[in-house]
Amino acid sequence: MAPKKTGKATVKFGNPPVIIGTGSVVGPMEGRGPLAEDFDAVLPDMTFGENTSEKAERKLLEQAAWIAIERSGIDKGMIDYYVAGDLLNQIISASFSARQLEIPFMGVYGACSTCAMGTAMGSMIIDGGFADYVLVACSSHYHTAERQFRYPIELNVQHKETSQYTVTGAGAIVLASSGSGPKVTWATTGKVVDLGVKDPYNFGAAMAPAACDTLLVHLADTGCSPDEYDLILTGDLGIIGSQLFIELAQEAGCDVGNNHRDCGLMIFDRKAQRVGAGASGCACAAVVTFGHVLKEMKRGSLKRILLIATGALLSPLSFQQGESIPGIGHAIAIEV
Amino acid sequence: MSRTFQDAQEKKRKQEAYQQLVAKRKPKPPYLRHFLVAFLVGGSLCALGQFILNIFMRRGMDMNAASAPTLAVMILFGIVLTALGVYDEIAEFAGAGAAVPITGFANTVAACAMDFKREGWVLGMGSKMFVIAGPVLVYGVLSGVSAAFIKYVTGL
Repeated sequence: MAPKKTGKATVKFGNPPVIIGTGSVVGPMEGRGPLAEDFDAVLPDMTFGENTSEKAERKLLEQAAWIAIERSGIDKGMIDYYVAGDLLNQIISASFSARQLEIPFMGVYGACSTCAMGTAMGSMIIDGGFADYVLVACSSHYHTAERQFRYPIELNVQHKETSQYTVTGAGAIVLASSGSGPKVTWATTGKVVDLGVKDPYNFGAAMAPAACDTLLVHLADTGCSPDEYDLILTGDLGIIGSQLFIELAQEAGCDVGNNHRDCGLMIFDRKAQRVGAGASGCACAAVVTFGHVLKEMKRGSLKRILLIATGALLSPLSFQQGESIPGIGHAIAIEV
Repeated sequence: MSRTFQDAQEKKRKQEAYQQLVAKRKPKPPYLRHFLVAFLVGGSLCALGQFILNIFMRRGMDMNAASAPTLAVMILFGIVLTALGVYDEIAEFAGAGAAVPITGFANTVAACAMDFKREGWVLGMGSKMFVIAGPVLVYGVLSGVSAAFIKYVTGL
């Protein structure tokens, strides 16, 4: 029997890894949103001085990583592993940023759930005794994601009310085996849930059942009630997905309405900035959690939070072939 | 009944129930607004086309001769607005009103050309310029040939 595993899919960290440094960098539109002040850097434009959006995304990721390393106060050479991911084919943003950082690298893909998945994996590596310091990062970019998953940027498409806007940004944290800062205490690995939603312009609806499943498994495994968390934060369900998430949880006898918020609804002023049903992308959960929420925890307004980062595990090929969208949600509990 | 069969039935029922819930929670698009804006913007573009056609005709061209340069002007207009990053904004506002006229067709080609230029002139722009416009050409030609064939056979 694995000594650190609790219940079906949850890990309880015996020596909870500490978040000793955070970095968050966002694009210009995110910089005009309600959380702007909590981000470490805001880009003046989408290209970041590069000639392709892909290079700009890579640079964003590198910058977020550097800020996190700097804030942690340790030397880059002391970091044992770099766990990173993004949305692009062959996770090129992560791999190419690893080329610059020269830290032993583990590339991961969890679509928009990457930040929680990476943090969970980094925490397991540390608590397992395999490392003292792990750098976790992920990124997304509106232009690169549109190009890969949807249409060219300048094309004449009208966005639907249900579609979500990919966040341009990158978030990074340095996890350590000791030190001061918020701690990662639990991690619940989600399972893929697919209730047959096929609409690639309604990711929130595709991912809500996965988020709900992970929440229920987490609560059953840990014996916690939703009230014990100051905040239950979902990654990027948007307005429709959030509504469905709350309803599904209620159906299962779990009331999250009071302390649930969604990163996809926090980063933009949805009405004024015209982002459809909300925000999405790897960077959405990453910059809101690593940038805003962890700072709120430092300010003392939040003590214990549960992040359920959600991902839609589709590819442009799979939905063109008529397949439904598999969703996933990974949960991590962070406490001060 | 076998266990797996029951599981599959249960799963299917759950999926159907959820999809019904999703359909219920999905906001209804403001159709009236969409129709009205598409009509006004699309109509304005067509009126502009008519205006340009009239100019060419006043210069002594007949209808057939004037339509080709009119289309060329409208295509150029669409491409310039695309290059300036304006056309997608118009389309965001007007939907089909911007997508259906020939300026919209010009936009699909120009937008792809701009987007794929970074992958090179040959494998990028050259090969991917018609990614969106391609199906319109293929099925446009196909329906043209079909219509001509029917006309030929029936002798209409």
